[in-house]
Amino acid sequence: MAEFLQFLISGLTVGAVYALVALGFTLIYNASGVVNFAQGEFVMLGGMVTVFAVSLGLPLPLAALLAIGIAVVIGLLLHRLAIEPARGASAVTLIIITIGASIFLRGLAAVVFDKQFHKLPAFTGEAPVDILGAAVQPQSFWVLGGAAIVVLALYVFLEHTIIGKAVLATAANRLAARLVGINTTTIMALAFGGSAAIGAIAGILVTPITLTSYDAGTLLALKGFAAAMLGGMGNPIGAVVGGLLLGLLEAFGAGYLSSTYKDAFAFLVILVVLFAAPQGLFGRRVVERV
Amino acid sequence: MRALISQRLIILAVLALVIAVLPFVFPSSYYFRVASLVWVSALAAIGLNILMGQAGQVSLGHAAFFGIGAYAVAIGPAHFGIPSWAALLLGAVLSAVLAYLVGRPILRLKGHYLAIATLGLGVLMALVITTESGWTGGPDGMPVERLSLFGWRVSGSYTWYWVTGGLLLLGTWIALNLDDTPTGRAFRALHDSEVAAQVVGVDVARFKLQAFVIAAVYASFAGSALAFMNGFINPDQAGFIHSVELVTIVVLGGLGSVVGSIVGAAVLVTLPQALTVFHEYEHLLLGLIIIVSMIFMRNGIVPSLSALLSQRGRS
Repeated sequence: MAEFLQFLISGLTVGAVYALVALGFTLIYNASGVVNFAQGEFVMLGGMVTVFAVSLGLPLPLAALLAIGIAVVIGLLLHRLAIEPARGASAVTLIIITIGASIFLRGLAAVVFDKQFHKLPAFTGEAPVDILGAAVQPQSFWVLGGAAIVVLALYVFLEHTIIGKAVLATAANRLAARLVGINTTTIMALAFGGSAAIGAIAGILVTPITLTSYDAGTLLALKGFAAAMLGGMGNPIGAVVGGLLLGLLEAFGAGYLSSTYKDAFAFLVILVVLFAAPQGLFGRRVVERV
Repeated sequence: MRALISQRLIILAVLALVIAVLPFVFPSSYYFRVASLVWVSALAAIGLNILMGQAGQVSLGHAAFFGIGAYAVAIGPAHFGIPSWAALLLGAVLSAVLAYLVGRPILRLKGHYLAIATLGLGVLMALVITTESGWTGGPDGMPVERLSLFGWRVSGSYTWYWVTGGLLLLGTWIALNLDDTPTGRAFRALHDSEVAAQVVGVDVARFKLQAFVIAAVYASFAGSALAFMNGFINPDQAGFIHSVELVTIVVLGGLGSVVGSIVGAAVLVTLPQALTVFHEYEHLLLGLIIIVSMIFMRNGIVPSLSALLSQRGRS
């Protein structure tokens, strides 16, 4: 039981990070139709900038804010310099551009920072908390709580503010949104900035547990993408559920089956799910019009 | 019809000429090595272009098949005592079988779902190669026994320049011919509109699968050639970044253009080589090259240029 609980909590913790990455994917995808493979780099930037700001003597909250700010600026630049100029290009071209951006950002981080692994101190001590026999790191609560707040804030923003509704309108139909006077370019920029902030927050929260390095983003982006797909691309609730599911799967797979193939489970499950339900778990079945 | 045939011959003749003439201007064996790398990448890209440009299906995990080819010629002789040339063929057969088995369910998917499925396949293959270090040497890679054919030991950058150049010519010839067969026409119908193709009686699933298998075999041969040439192989060759490089070559050169794949490979392989002085900035520059070329050449180099030329010709 204790073992089960241990896996459950570590799975949910990792899953919460995947969920945030998947949420960032979904936000950008809904607003612009772009699958942003550089999403993982925002997570990396969140962690790396915080680590280096702290090492320069900045207090942690300030360092975290700085990291989020830098990630948002880079997100906006990504949209302005790489996505906007390629407007109207095919989906594959746009995917390659974002992959190029992710390789670029990784290279930039390697030059500006270094190629070492870095750790942040846990926000509220390292002593594990005992829950029914499972030893839980306090940082796990920060990750879970932080992710929950981000999801909730995003929900309130999308459903209860005018700008949020403009984002939803853009997602539903870009042309119609433009016709009713929504500046869709601004909305897209907003989506890139917002999703960069979400990614950076995930990176800051999880770095005390998983360490970070200049190339930490790649696998996270792939898994976040997998989580978004699992839930059904474009569905924010699906993204969160997909992320948590993926985290649980990995934790239980690594715990009960094989830890060396921990990273493989995510992709194996994706393949199986896509074979069985080609639109993801919560995706709408799209009827193709001729 | 005649125009088509002669255009095909012109492309082949020009390619053969380029391969034959380049050695006269190469100052050192280093250049032979880089050129061989271009030929190998071009070979893999031509195959992938049959899938992407002709049949209209994307694969973000194509390095998996490149890896199978490479590790087949490494593992076969080292662990099973299979002769190198047989391991080369075995790798191609394995790639074809794997592509055939996973192709049917994967190719039912569309757009981003197809992208993630092929990506998953590629990542899984790279993970297996990295993890099963008893067979593959793990992340450090493993040495590859030299290829020997009828007692002829194929080695040296000069020799491999000609071997890979020959392979590229063969691959180009097959791809160009394919374009003009019922299969090639079916691929193009698929690319333009799957629904329309289906309506006129093209067995969509079968032809997609065929394109996938062909692309896998091309990649496998390219992988084997690279492994023999380097005498060493590591998991990066089967990894995600390599898959991305292959897709970039295809799109950069021009979807559906055989010549484009060769030009794309030449650009993407030689540019980082030319920039090795900035070794520290390698990834930064690679990313920048990818972004800039995709923004300004989104139709690909060769189609963009030929559109420009035909415009000039008309005015």
